[in-house]
Amino acid sequence: MDDRSFGAEISEVPEEVRVRLRGDLNGRADETLANAYSRVAALGPRRISLDFGPVGYINSTGIALVVRLLADARRDGRHVRAIGLSEHYREIFRITRLSDFMEIVEGDAG
Amino acid sequence: MTELTRPIRRLLGRNRDTPAASSEVPASHVAPIPTSEEISISIDIAESDPLMAYLQAASGPVEIGRLELDSPAVRAMAQAGVALVVPLVSQGELIGTLNLGPRLSEQDYSTDDRRLLTTLAAHAAPAIRVAQLVRQQAHEAIERERLDQEMRVATLIQQQFLPRVLPALPEWQIAAYYGPARAVGGDFYDFIEMPGGRIGIAVGDVTDKGVPAALVMARTHSVLRAEASRSDSPGEILARANELLVPEMPARMFVTCLFAILEPPTGKIVLANAGHNLPYIRTDDGVVELRATGMPLGLMAGIVYEETEGLIAPGSNVLLYSDGLVEAHDPANEMFGFPRLRREMTVDDAGSDLLDRLLDTLRRFTGPDWEQEDDITLVTLHRAAGVADDLAGVADRASAAATAPIPAGAAASAGSTSLMAFSIPGEEGNERLAMDRVAAYVAGLGLPVARLERLKTAVSEAAMNAIEYGSQGRPEVLVDIEVETTAESIIVRITDRALSGTVPDDAEAPDIERKLAGEQKPRGWGLFLIKNMVDSMDVTTDGLTQTVTLTMAREEHSNG
Repeated sequence: MDDRSFGAEISEVPEEVRVRLRGDLNGRADETLANAYSRVAALGPRRISLDFGPVGYINSTGIALVVRLLADARRDGRHVRAIGLSEHYREIFRITRLSDFMEIVEGDAG
Repeated sequence: MTELTRPIRRLLGRNRDTPAASSEVPASHVAPIPTSEEISISIDIAESDPLMAYLQAASGPVEIGRLELDSPAVRAMAQAGVALVVPLVSQGELIGTLNLGPRLSEQDYSTDDRRLLTTLAAHAAPAIRVAQLVRQQAHEAIERERLDQEMRVATLIQQQFLPRVLPALPEWQIAAYYGPARAVGGDFYDFIEMPGGRIGIAVGDVTDKGVPAALVMARTHSVLRAEASRSDSPGEILARANELLVPEMPARMFVTCLFAILEPPTGKIVLANAGHNLPYIRTDDGVVELRATGMPLGLMAGIVYEETEGLIAPGSNVLLYSDGLVEAHDPANEMFGFPRLRREMTVDDAGSDLLDRLLDTLRRFTGPDWEQEDDITLVTLHRAAGVADDLAGVADRASAAATAPIPAGAAASAGSTSLMAFSIPGEEGNERLAMDRVAAYVAGLGLPVARLERLKTAVSEAAMNAIEYGSQGRPEVLVDIEVETTAESIIVRITDRALSGTVPDDAEAPDIERKLAGEQKPRGWGLFLIKNMVDSMDVTTDGLTQTVTLTMAREEHSNG
């Protein structure tokens, strides 16, 4: 088994739905992330927390997938925040200006 | 939610032909044991089916006939006669459904029916979940046992093909070590007696792990032995082995391999390289690499492997090795890296001591709780000091061979030290390989963590562009990567074959607001990221190849 394969686990916690991502966030994560958002949307939360804690690698295609999810969430009137990002990926979210449109929470849960 | 990725199979009890009995709750329909008049069928609900999300959010029984979903599962259920679906939810997770046919009375399900079914589902779901977990654990235990058994078979295959006896040569000490990871990889080494008292030495690494890797390793081992009996040219041996391996290589697999022929009396060594780590030689002038490049075995027919020649002076050490050593991590996730290995090579000792010392250093580096990530193979050759040296200028020539120009990519800059060069197959996903290998090479240079991470992202993105545009995703079209250091900078050159012309410099800079508004595609961040990650990015082309040069200062400057 390749422990870098991408996965998304969804759980409901008070006031939000949390999506715990794991593995490499690259082009191969496309379908899994899209399905995850569909399932999240069906739960109808006001806020979605993307937990990047177990994600070790994000490339530009992965950034594009986050942009697409964020666009879908904004269209549906949902607030998105990112938790568990490493300092490096917080920097990337900052320079791509993703952080202007989603809350970046330092640490695990926020 | 991982269970939801599997199809859900449910028991359906129905009996359309039997006159409906008056019953508020069709108890027989919810009972798990079908009667002789019931049939059970399976209905799969795909994870992407909209019914899945609908049921997850439903608060009680759902009438299939009233659903207006474009859902294959709903259509299948309707066709199978399902009238009512009761979601079974445990701890917020949809773990199954209870599917009911029409009531025997042919009347609609009443409010009381629904209430009772909701209560039943609330009680049944946790119990079913427990049963699912027990069954899952049993399956996992069986799967673990199967994997362990597979690994035992892989280890057995691997060990059958490793030499049981090392060559005993006057004035030479030869030592070898093979340490399998838990998920056995495809490392191998071999010593082959050749005419004229020469010794063929092969060190290789098959991509992938387990039995498939072990079988490819076994085949490669046999092919190399056969070809070594027909030729005394390492380049020719690798080329012939490649021709035999290409047609039978499983998809996404290949073999890196270094083949050397040693002439023990003189210390002359000739080698060819199929994408493997370059051997280190410790000479009086320091540690040098013997360079030769070539594509890994099994990717593409018709490859020519260049040969490099060197001389091992009395008192010198040679190290041939696989990735497992340099890519080992310490508890803080720092990589062992090539610079650290190079430093270890500078110590003046005998060959067998070198091997033991490397393993000691590795153990101290990784700590006692280390779970070995990959196979580790080490082969050391030591030529005893004081051996009559028939050939003058041994160290000089070894150094000259070690700094031979690299065929692909730009020439080394004056005043810089070239650390390494390698090639990756031009296939999506290998940008990660490029990133990891560059990170391994620069580990230990003292690059601040933030700068190392930026360099890794830049290398990954540049390699991804090279694969997508330069190789068009074709694994047989290689991307060449070279790393140099100066006192101030790390320079990475990524050269592709420019099959799609030059990398398009995004005509339109990525704009997050426009992307979120759907006015710009979500993609298009690659060059933007590279430019923001490194101190400079330059693109040059000679018409046939394109080289992207990334420069990263080793220290953060006030403006950087």
